[in-house]
Amino acid sequence: MASHRDLPVGLVNQLFRNNGSSSFTEFVSSYAPELLPQRDEVLATPIGDQVPHATTIVAATFAGGVVMAGDRRATSGNIISQRDVEKVFRADDYSCMGIAGTASTGIEFARLFRVELEHYEKLEGRTMSVKGKANRLATMIRGNLAMAMQGLVVVPLFAAYDADKDEGRIFSYDVAGGPYERERFDAIGSGSIFARGALKKLYRDGASADDMVMILIQALYDAADDDSATGGPDVTRRIWPIVSVIDADGFRRLSEEQVSAYVEQMLEARLISPDGPIAPLR
Amino acid sequence: MSMPFGYASPEQIMRDKADYARKGIARGRSVVVLQYVDGILFVAPNPSRALHKISEIYDRIGFAAVGRYNEFEELRLGGIRYADINGYTYDRSDVTGRGLANLYASNLGRIFTESIKSLEVEVVVAEVGETKDGDAIYRLTFDGSVFDEHGFAAMGGQADAVATRLKERYRESMTLADALEVALAALTEPGGERPPVAQLEVAVLDRNREHRKFLRLTGARLERLLAQTSTPPQAAPPAEPSEGGTPGTPPPTGPEGDVDDGSSPL
Repeated sequence: MASHRDLPVGLVNQLFRNNGSSSFTEFVSSYAPELLPQRDEVLATPIGDQVPHATTIVAATFAGGVVMAGDRRATSGNIISQRDVEKVFRADDYSCMGIAGTASTGIEFARLFRVELEHYEKLEGRTMSVKGKANRLATMIRGNLAMAMQGLVVVPLFAAYDADKDEGRIFSYDVAGGPYERERFDAIGSGSIFARGALKKLYRDGASADDMVMILIQALYDAADDDSATGGPDVTRRIWPIVSVIDADGFRRLSEEQVSAYVEQMLEARLISPDGPIAPLR
Repeated sequence: MSMPFGYASPEQIMRDKADYARKGIARGRSVVVLQYVDGILFVAPNPSRALHKISEIYDRIGFAAVGRYNEFEELRLGGIRYADINGYTYDRSDVTGRGLANLYASNLGRIFTESIKSLEVEVVVAEVGETKDGDAIYRLTFDGSVFDEHGFAAMGGQADAVATRLKERYRESMTLADALEVALAALTEPGGERPPVAQLEVAVLDRNREHRKFLRLTGARLERLLAQTSTPPQAAPPAEPSEGGTPGTPPPTGPEGDVDDGSSPL
């Protein structure tokens, strides 16, 4: 396809027609629908097992923000298809999303969602509300339902800093949409049951961002410990989880060095106590 | 039925349209866009805080306009759609200011020739590069002409006078505070009063920012910046010939300049 500047006059004019909506997705669906991740065709055979799947994402709130972390593994059936895949994406300055399920569709969703938020912001001159962002993502996931039924399931986890409340918020989804707002923490993906178990014991209210990053790293390790599709820290290749922190200062992704410091600290402790920190009994 | 009364030559029609547009554009206040050391600065005296004259288009691209609000707002929205759809189809780095300037130019040109009334707008599309050599400021007039400006551009209101004052004071690689001072001095008539802070719309494309380079400067941040340069504007420093521009002649601007007849290389 040529650049959208070179399209025939009739189509170019569509760029300058105000259809009253500030949604990028809606604009694309009338202008160039083939660009959208939604597909209507029915696959001859479900291909869910043959395409890479993203696995575990965890997120938890702390005092004045939210942290999201994801492991780096993508699997196709029993094969590890990628060791250093990135599954946590910056959506805008104050929000991010992590994806589990079909990696390719998930990455497309993340890209579209980012443009969607920015498009609204530029057109309207204001940032979309946190609830508005969560609802937009729900609509996008619902649009993928037909593909999900054929095995191309994508389930995101959405985290944002709410400036009005000065706190982090977490929203989860199912294949049909959502959003479900979660208190304190949540996890998605194949290792999520184990990660959630770990988070339940490790989470503490009012913890600092620093503590919460450590808690998420511990939870991801526990998930990798029990779920074969979740990747643990790869010490020989120095591949660490991706960790993003969002607070009043905005979104920031921790650097490799920062994450490796957390991971090394955790691994050292696990050499002595392999199951990780022990929660107090009473 | 009778033939329409009277005959007007195409030249006359074009001239009338151009005069009409120029008058409309000259009625408003001026907007100034100029390069500073870290990127590009936009300054517009604007009493309205809701109706913006300056806007973000994409990661590295900003937009400023003068004239009729509803008309340049349509251009702004169209530009955002164009940029977002191209960035989504290809990659974010594939959206360029040049492409956007050409889109605007073809649309402005078509409307100028085909419609009874041309758009009463003048637009700047500015793009910030990795280094100052990568910066670009394109000024587009109502008839679709594109001017590749070097260092600075002024449009709207008494654009020629503002451009002359701007040219006298502009220096390469100014700090942000200095550039703002220069812009305000250019926007203020000699002996006139400067617009109050609350009526200034100021934004930058800062190449050192991550992801999106566009940033509005408002409130306390803008006041701090203004306080940094309370020095009175200097008398015209030895004029540095702006690179590429013909020294001595002010850049061509809409209200007084000629209609582009296609003979210019741009």
